[in-house]
Amino acid sequence: MPEHPGNLPPTLAAIREEFLELDVPDRLQLLLEYSDSLPEVPEGTLDPEHWERVEECQSPVFIAVETRDAQVHILATAPAESPTTRGFASILVHGLHGLSAQEILDTPPDFPLQLGLQNAVSMLRLRGMSGMLWRIKRQVQEALAR
Amino acid sequence: MPLAPDPTADLASYAHPERLVTTAWLAENIDTAGLAIVESNEDILLYDTGHIPGAIKVDWHTELNDPVVRDYVDGEAFAALMSRKGISRDDTIVLYGDKSNWWAAYALWVFTLFGHQDVRLLDGGRDAWIAQDRGLTRDIATRGTTDYPVVERNDSEIRAYKDEILPHLGKPLIDVRSPEEYTGERTHMPAYPEEGALRGGHIPTAKSIPWARAANDNGTFKSHDELRDLYVTQQGFDPGAEVITYCRIGERSSHTWFVMKYLLGFDSVKNYDGSWTEWGSAVRVPIQTGDTPGEAP
Repeated sequence: MPEHPGNLPPTLAAIREEFLELDVPDRLQLLLEYSDSLPEVPEGTLDPEHWERVEECQSPVFIAVETRDAQVHILATAPAESPTTRGFASILVHGLHGLSAQEILDTPPDFPLQLGLQNAVSMLRLRGMSGMLWRIKRQVQEALAR
Repeated sequence: MPLAPDPTADLASYAHPERLVTTAWLAENIDTAGLAIVESNEDILLYDTGHIPGAIKVDWHTELNDPVVRDYVDGEAFAALMSRKGISRDDTIVLYGDKSNWWAAYALWVFTLFGHQDVRLLDGGRDAWIAQDRGLTRDIATRGTTDYPVVERNDSEIRAYKDEILPHLGKPLIDVRSPEEYTGERTHMPAYPEEGALRGGHIPTAKSIPWARAANDNGTFKSHDELRDLYVTQQGFDPGAEVITYCRIGERSSHTWFVMKYLLGFDSVKNYDGSWTEWGSAVRVPIQTGDTPGEAP
């Protein structure tokens, strides 16, 4: 796992610590707790075209980025049958909540690899989380350009 | 002691009906001594969100694979795993899982490498149990520990290595991946990320029979007559021939392996678990692109 956490915002750094202080089976339980606590997005909150499919994920995961009052809000949906993916989406939704656009853009792209889950979860899934992160960043970048 | 087979009439026409159980049978026998219910999923957290009462989890990724060599665990590690899970050598194991039992079939195939005698699949898997509202729990079952014997893995009967494939070309070889993976358009399942092999295509001479053709929409297996019609009548495979199945990493092809070996009763069926992630990246082996099987080199 990377020695240097990089430029992690405090919220993500706290999540990283939360994972790393547990042994591997408990890290999975924590991921499950995140999966359970992915905020529901009430139907009709966003127009369908605002949702972006995360192609890197095996299951149908959609993300949307909203910028309000210089703060960025991340919305995500993922099916209950894909708790691992839901957990990753939830970590990003909670960890990036309320950050500024710049803080999100500065988030290290290898954050998913800093949670100590490589031995518990397949690389394919961690790559799914990386896909969510870069898509969020790209949407933030696009919002800034507008 | 192994449990008596599920006597459900629908199963009777399969070559080995004792390898399959229905959800009704499982519900009836859920507390029977000598039964171990094991869930194995693609999503390793799915069990923890709720599972069949009494079921334990086996994780294909961290528990069946060797952490260093791309191989399965050895006899000692398998014995330790089973002992830790509280499974005895003479227990009846019923496996089930998500995705139409891909990973359950894969685990069943691995358990069979170690010669576990009585290992069965739950027809329709996790989805069938849920669809019938039979109830899930988050309570982790405790089976205690056992003293499972160390039995060396026997790969020779049901596992094919890459080196066996070239001389096999010309004999029955089945690619069970999606048509897009077979032709070479993709190196991964549609809707899955692209990864896993340097080149796209299939092993020359392999016929394309996607695994899902053996399953009904609800994830249960098709009837014996339907399966026979597909593999024997339409595709012309001889039940006495040596058959090898493969996919991307060997999990979907375990599903077809199960169908051909136990539901149709073919004499010799092997699963090539190296599959396309090995063949599609291997040095000095031929591939074929497009939708025709191609010739043996």
